[in-house]
Amino acid sequence: MIYQFNFRDVFAQFDTLVDGALLTLLLSVVTMAIGLVIGIAGALARSWGVHPLRLLTAAYVEAIRNTPLLIQLFIVFFGLPSAGLRLDAGTAAVVALSVNLGAYAIEIIRAGIQAIHKSQVEAGLALGLSRLQVFRYVVLFPALKVIYPALASQFILLMLATSIVSQISATELFHMASILQSRTFRDFEVYIVTAGMYLAMALTFRLIFALIHRAVFRR
Amino acid sequence: MIREPNALDVLYLIAAARWTLALTALAFVGGGLSGLLVMLMRVVPARPINWLAIGWIQAIQGTPLLAQLFVFFFGFAIFGYRVSPWVAAGAAFSLYASAFLAEIWRGCVEAVPRTQWEASAALGLGFGQQLRYVIVPQAFRIAIPPTVGFLVQLVKNTSLASVIGFVELTREGQITTGATFRPFTVYGIVAILYFCICFPLSQLSRRLERKLNVAH
Repeated sequence: MIYQFNFRDVFAQFDTLVDGALLTLLLSVVTMAIGLVIGIAGALARSWGVHPLRLLTAAYVEAIRNTPLLIQLFIVFFGLPSAGLRLDAGTAAVVALSVNLGAYAIEIIRAGIQAIHKSQVEAGLALGLSRLQVFRYVVLFPALKVIYPALASQFILLMLATSIVSQISATELFHMASILQSRTFRDFEVYIVTAGMYLAMALTFRLIFALIHRAVFRR
Repeated sequence: MIREPNALDVLYLIAAARWTLALTALAFVGGGLSGLLVMLMRVVPARPINWLAIGWIQAIQGTPLLAQLFVFFFGFAIFGYRVSPWVAAGAAFSLYASAFLAEIWRGCVEAVPRTQWEASAALGLGFGQQLRYVIVPQAFRIAIPPTVGFLVQLVKNTSLASVIGFVELTREGQITTGATFRPFTVYGIVAILYFCICFPLSQLSRRLERKLNVAH
């Protein structure tokens, strides 16, 4: 028997997938923003903080980077209620994804900060810049410039990883795909179209990141 | 009936971890072989073949692993095969790994100085001979730390196989949670088990990187 592909049923309810994709984009952008903040603050604590703070940050980074996102998500969504913290699926998704991305961002940004030579900082201080100014102009900006490509691809990986939060029934693209699958029984077609949508979003993000790179770091 | 988690549950979880390791090994071998092929297609001096490899890498790296798993799981069914989760997961993870390993290894091949290619070409070696005698032996050393690093990603990502019914560490955790209704404890133990597998690998990767960089 030759399988008859049937994409009509899928495209008839394409707006379901579009709704999901919009939430995926929202989830990604919010998480990227929070992750970047955690990343910068954490890298600062990890490089220049007091000793206990450094250890704490290192422990956080290692704990997150060496366990699967799916398990982190389950702990936040299913585990925390027993500690008295009940989050809805969307909030749990943002929390788990941000905590996850934050750890990777810390490690990436820290690598950038380490690439800045100590004498640069000393030169900045000697010129009479405050510590905050030194951090902002001498350390952070050049460091971000160095690690920008790594950070951008980590962000795109994060966007793809948001599909995992479908497992706690957050209504993003992949969850919508499984709803559409159960409505149409067109498993293969649904997931091929969904994969195509993720690919389009990944390529769009890559383009946007390239444009940001050109606008911010071209000097 | 709901019961308390006990020592036996922990043993079952540890026993399930070997399926995580087995799937990782399967994906690493399958992905390593196909990744080598994709990497060669990427660096061979023939444009159309390069584009084919680039297209493959972009498609895999631009779509979620979860979607790839489902496409595979249902894709086999289209051709009339009902496959076990082992086959579907093994194939999907191998192809996933092939794209990432190809890209990692290409970076390592390109890290070998251009002059090495030119010198070996000047000595009259063909493309295959250049790779075999000059480039690969040097690229191999550079490739070890990032490859071990990717292995950590692979171990963690096998947790997604639970979604298509493959019983490994995460799925066993879900089953145990269903019986005990203690998600925090059970998933905590699962996380610790993953950590015990991944942390030594991460440290190894880091140490190798430091060691091989010094030798450079």
